Amino acid sequence: MARSPVAIISRTPANLAGALVLALTLGTLIAVAIRAEVGTGLSAADWAAIQFTMSQALVSALVSVLLAIPVARALARRSFWGRGALITLLGAPFILPVIVAVLGLLAVFGRGGILNDAFGSIGLPEVSIYGFHGVVLAHVFFNLPLATRFLLQGWLAIPAERFRLAASLNAPVGRLLEWPMLRAVVPGTFLVIFLICLTSFAVALTLGGGPKATTVELAIFQAIRFDFDLGRAALLACVQFVICAIAAVVAWKVTAVDGFGAGLDRVVQRWDGSKVWDFTWITAAALFLIVPLSMVVIKGIPGLFDLPPSVFAAAIRSIGVALVSAILCVGMALALALHGGRMVAIIGVLPLAASGLVVGTGLFLIVFPFVRPSDLALPVTALVNATLALPFALRSLSPAIDSVVADYGRLADQLGLTGWTRLRLLILPRIRRPMGFALGLAAALSMGDLGVIALFADQSGATLPLAMYRLMGAYQLEAAAGAGLLLVALSLLLFWICDRGGRVNADV
Amino acid sequence: MLTFDAVTLSQGTFQLTADFQLQADITAVIGPSGGGKSTLLAGIAGFFEPSKGRVLWDNQVLTGTSPAKRPVNMLFQDNNLFPHLTIQQNVGLGLRPDLRLTQDQKQMVADTLDHVGLTDLGARKPAALSGGQQSRAALARVLVSQRPLVLLDEPFAALGPAMKDDMLRLVRETLVQAGKSVVIVTHDPDDARRFADQVILVADGVAHAPVSSEEIFANPPPALRAYLG
Repeated sequence: MARSPVAIISRTPANLAGALVLALTLGTLIAVAIRAEVGTGLSAADWAAIQFTMSQALVSALVSVLLAIPVARALARRSFWGRGALITLLGAPFILPVIVAVLGLLAVFGRGGILNDAFGSIGLPEVSIYGFHGVVLAHVFFNLPLATRFLLQGWLAIPAERFRLAASLNAPVGRLLEWPMLRAVVPGTFLVIFLICLTSFAVALTLGGGPKATTVELAIFQAIRFDFDLGRAALLACVQFVICAIAAVVAWKVTAVDGFGAGLDRVVQRWDGSKVWDFTWITAAALFLIVPLSMVVIKGIPGLFDLPPSVFAAAIRSIGVALVSAILCVGMALALALHGGRMVAIIGVLPLAASGLVVGTGLFLIVFPFVRPSDLALPVTALVNATLALPFALRSLSPAIDSVVADYGRLADQLGLTGWTRLRLLILPRIRRPMGFALGLAAALSMGDLGVIALFADQSGATLPLAMYRLMGAYQLEAAAGAGLLLVALSLLLFWICDRGGRVNADV
Repeated sequence: MLTFDAVTLSQGTFQLTADFQLQADITAVIGPSGGGKSTLLAGIAGFFEPSKGRVLWDNQVLTGTSPAKRPVNMLFQDNNLFPHLTIQQNVGLGLRPDLRLTQDQKQMVADTLDHVGLTDLGARKPAALSGGQQSRAALARVLVSQRPLVLLDEPFAALGPAMKDDMLRLVRETLVQAGKSVVIVTHDPDDARRFADQVILVADGVAHAPVSSEEIFANPPPALRAYLG
């Protein structure tokens, strides 16, 4: 259909947003590449970091996907009380601050945790959560739910009639229906999780470290904060970018799944499989999620009433950063989605491949000659968080805007609704729900972020996750647990307020 | 007067030609589905530009101008009201797209709602109205605007037969009374016979020149005979 000859909405905001994303992702990369000191090349420690980064991501993704297969299959074919709540809970780790989850895992699997107490009482040796298996454990905690949601969607996409047909023919369901589905869905799921694990700085920061368990991102952080070796940090940032770019391109080619999809609430009637095994898997997965989360609450409550004033100051800074970041992110997503087109689609996925630490290193190198990085810690954090959350906001807003245009575009064209008027009277009122969701998601992601802020902030300008990390480092565990509970409560509250705001009084 | 000056509307391999002038109170567009009735209307409204020829209204060339700048109001098969705006606001859009209405304009909206039988319903949202009332509200918006040509692309198709007749009568009593020309797409030849002054038959890639409805149904040309069966 031919477009009307006049531009209906100005292209300037989209161009600005696009330029900002390009500057932050590719621009910072140029800054990093220029400063990279190739010199003697990569040291043995650098190679060890690369190897660790790859191997932990590989094992994390593998374990997450392998465990997700029986859990998703059990959820797909069993109906039980609390199934809906459990599936909702599977979405929770996505907006859960990483450092809070780590605290919960420490309370279960760490020194003096539930598991080691149990081991100790029956005379087994203590296990340590730090190092390779700790990093993998945390990644599985975050990504097993994600993988389960992806695979559950795959299972529920198989039409119920086919199961009925297979049952009546007494045909093997696994080989006939499930194996082809898994072959289509598993590679994409694996690669998405692999990519997430490549860029999960906060897990490496809290559970990794030392010569045997340092990721490239952690090495960048150490090069800047401890050695102030900017040339080496820049070189490592280039390495990290190359790793991410390769993984992202492969993932983009293979992936066709969307874990945010709705419709996970039905159960397909099945005639195969063991009930006992299915419920064993479901229970195990639920406990693996619920016990650490409960520990965050149980351990957090005592500390909550005794928090140092610095934690409250950090909480206020975090809320400010989260709000600015959310508004910026959704504003950019709105501008880009209204513009539409292929270029926007590419700009929309660029941040997925970007590592927050690489972007942060680039910005550090750019601003360092002119100002103290710590003076810019909060604005830079808000900006980088907004950019990294952009793909998720776009994924929520783009389809909504497309359907508004499909339903009401002609009427609006005809009535002369253009520019700001079109936005105010048509688009914004009709995308309130996805916009509320996107705002909430961006705010919660920014609230819990522990990445760029760690590069930039000094002692006085910490956000809540960084303040919490420092409390943990200083072995003030009760205060850290209290701060963790405050952090997760604030994150969920921000998400809930935004999401709720989009739903109340929305005319569908 | 609406003029199709050697117009060709093309979409992929589909082509529709039109070359005639049109002057009537109500003109019905009839023909088989997929024949191009809606395409013809989209060509007048500016949603679809002709690949050849020009569309004119009273010597003013419409081709190349945006839908909002044409002397045309169009009602579609559905989604003629914004569900998040009140009926008053929906009607007010016909006067000012940014809804900054003067007191006089607000009065005009209220008067027009009275006129179409929606007294006191202006504060409601479309979902709180019946299908027939929603159609009346959409007509009210067309009525308040100053544009002389109205295109109706089967907007009453979802209504029951009695309600549809009511609406077609209302079209004549309000829109035609206000001096507007109405072009209406319909798949019901009976509607065309009873309510239209002229009929355009769209079939086999051609929009035929309008013929008075008495004449065309008394003595149907081969294409119409094939369609009526």
